[in-house]
Amino acid sequence: MFYRESKNIISSYIKDHRMLPLRQDRWLIGAFLLFMFFVVPQIGGDYWLLAILIPLMVFTVAALGLNLVTGYTGQLSLGTGGFMLMGAIAAFNFIYRFDGVQIPFDMPLWLAFICGGLVTGLVGIVFGLPSIRIKGFYLIVSTLAAHYFLLWFFRTYTYFVNYDRAGVVLLSSRYYEITWFTLDPANYYLPTLTTISLNTPVGKYYIVLIALTILTIMAKNIVRGSFGRNMMAVRDMDIAASVIGVRVAATKLIAFFISTFYIGIAGALFSFSYTTNIDLRMHELDRGFQVLFMIIIGGLGTISGAFLGALFVYLFDIAVSFIGDQMLGGALDSAFVENLTKVLTGITVILLLIKEPGGFAALWQQRKNKLRSWPFPY
Amino acid sequence: MLQEIVFFIETVVTGLLSGIMYSLVAIGFVLIYKSSGVFNFAQGTMLLFAGLTFVKLTEQGLGFYEAFALTLGAMVILGILIERFIMRPLANQSLLSLFMATVGLSIFLEGFSQGIWDSAVHGLKISDFFDFALLDPTPIFVMDYIPWLDILISSFDIFASIVAGTMILILSVFFQKTKTGMSLRAVSDDHMAAMAVGIPLSQIWAVVWAVTGIIGLVAGLLWADRISVSFTLTAVVLKGLPVILLGGLTSIPGAIIGGLIIGVAEKVGEIYIATLFGGQGIENWFGYMAALIFILIRPTGLFGEKQIERV
Repeated sequence: MFYRESKNIISSYIKDHRMLPLRQDRWLIGAFLLFMFFVVPQIGGDYWLLAILIPLMVFTVAALGLNLVTGYTGQLSLGTGGFMLMGAIAAFNFIYRFDGVQIPFDMPLWLAFICGGLVTGLVGIVFGLPSIRIKGFYLIVSTLAAHYFLLWFFRTYTYFVNYDRAGVVLLSSRYYEITWFTLDPANYYLPTLTTISLNTPVGKYYIVLIALTILTIMAKNIVRGSFGRNMMAVRDMDIAASVIGVRVAATKLIAFFISTFYIGIAGALFSFSYTTNIDLRMHELDRGFQVLFMIIIGGLGTISGAFLGALFVYLFDIAVSFIGDQMLGGALDSAFVENLTKVLTGITVILLLIKEPGGFAALWQQRKNKLRSWPFPY
Repeated sequence: MLQEIVFFIETVVTGLLSGIMYSLVAIGFVLIYKSSGVFNFAQGTMLLFAGLTFVKLTEQGLGFYEAFALTLGAMVILGILIERFIMRPLANQSLLSLFMATVGLSIFLEGFSQGIWDSAVHGLKISDFFDFALLDPTPIFVMDYIPWLDILISSFDIFASIVAGTMILILSVFFQKTKTGMSLRAVSDDHMAAMAVGIPLSQIWAVVWAVTGIIGLVAGLLWADRISVSFTLTAVVLKGLPVILLGGLTSIPGAIIGGLIIGVAEKVGEIYIATLFGGQGIENWFGYMAALIFILIRPTGLFGEKQIERV
């Protein structure tokens, strides 16, 4: 009944190339976007925005990035933590060094994010180089080396964290100022340029939401174009891909670049929107596993998988600790709750892998097919 | 000049001895990878589980042998349970899923072992149980034995390498001479062929996981003596990773030699190369870099099986 293709007539080539071929999808996602952009900032309190939605969306960006290289190109990467730190520090340095005083250019936040992402992407290419020669599990040595090297590098060369001995940089609220036009009633509602600060929960929420929207559209278009098909060919069998004329090495390296670009931006967003500081200890190896969990539970090689996986993993963590605190709080000590969380997480991960190897994305696909023929499945 | 050479030798020897410890962890990895194609990330938490169980049992007043036997039993049961509830349902899944399942297992075991025991740091000294001269915590001078060298070596490292060597010897006899060992090798060569000649695959996997548990126990005790029983014990897995990747995922000799190479590379790197980079603490990534360089030359590690790919 729902999700039927009938009456969804494609009448031109341009329409045939639509990102979302189904009308229902377009309506649904359009409504969802409107809701996220205009309703949520009004109804969501600071707690919801800062503690739940922002980190959730940041992890979705990271999961999108990792999914491009691991899910679509088949190159296992555990270096997400290091790359996220790299992205945050690179973005900070761009915005801090281009301050408009010594260098007569004041770098806006969005440009710093993009530059930070690009620098991280270049580093990603360097550590992706071994993937041309190494395959399978042997490749994790490269990404682990990347992770530990980057962590060590920023701890040793403290120039990048502004010579802070503890490795903590507080982000000044000056970085959040952007020039924006407002419609001033005193000026006949003509657009006037003013400086506003995004250093509010709603402002930070918009930063992340806009970044996520743009990056998702980019990712969707990458994977459905010829480059996406190249990536999937490399994933499925790289020798066969090279036989049919896919440039395997270039595909792998570009995939690494795009992926670490995303992860770098995710790291910058994590610091600028969520923690408002950069701490050299905030992305340990666990981060890499956390994001990997997200894409595996969500579904490898799907865009929606990144969303569903991030939603599940992040909310699961919150829910378990919330239940541990609120319902069992007082009766049990925190160490026990922490151990319980770990036990439950472990069991859930294993169960999900056993029950639904395709992840939530596959589950959603099945539901969708059911919905199509719903009350009369004959 | 002589002093520098002696110092260098000392560094190398220390590296070799700590490399043996890495090998011990790495062998557990290799066993599982060889027999079931699973990259077992839970190796580190198995060490923690074994060490913690042993320590808590001895704190209850049990002697070394009783505690050892009980922990051994626990590890064997754990191995069988892992086979039954994780490996069997996940058979024929992609390697990545299996890997993530072991990561899940690792998280589970972390919470489980700290939950049933506790998360405190326990000191464990094997010298409390035995009265060997080698277990004496003071370092020994090789000079006493070889006149012109005054090299300082931790005697515990020597003890650890003797244990590790014995362990490796027992394992190789087990693999080469016993019927179970033969079936293990058959399974690792070819699952399907092994099943066709009537080798019970799930039993063999249970044996492998149990053996890995036992290796985890021995390695756990030796490591615990060095760094005490606590959460940090799980980080040992990260020391084992470059070793097996360097040695080749499917080769036990590779794990041993890989361990030695990584051990030496880390120590030598820390002392001689760290200054080039203008900093200390390169130990964390230097092992990976060394492994990476080796793998770039030989993509399946030193002794790994060459993979022949067909379209």
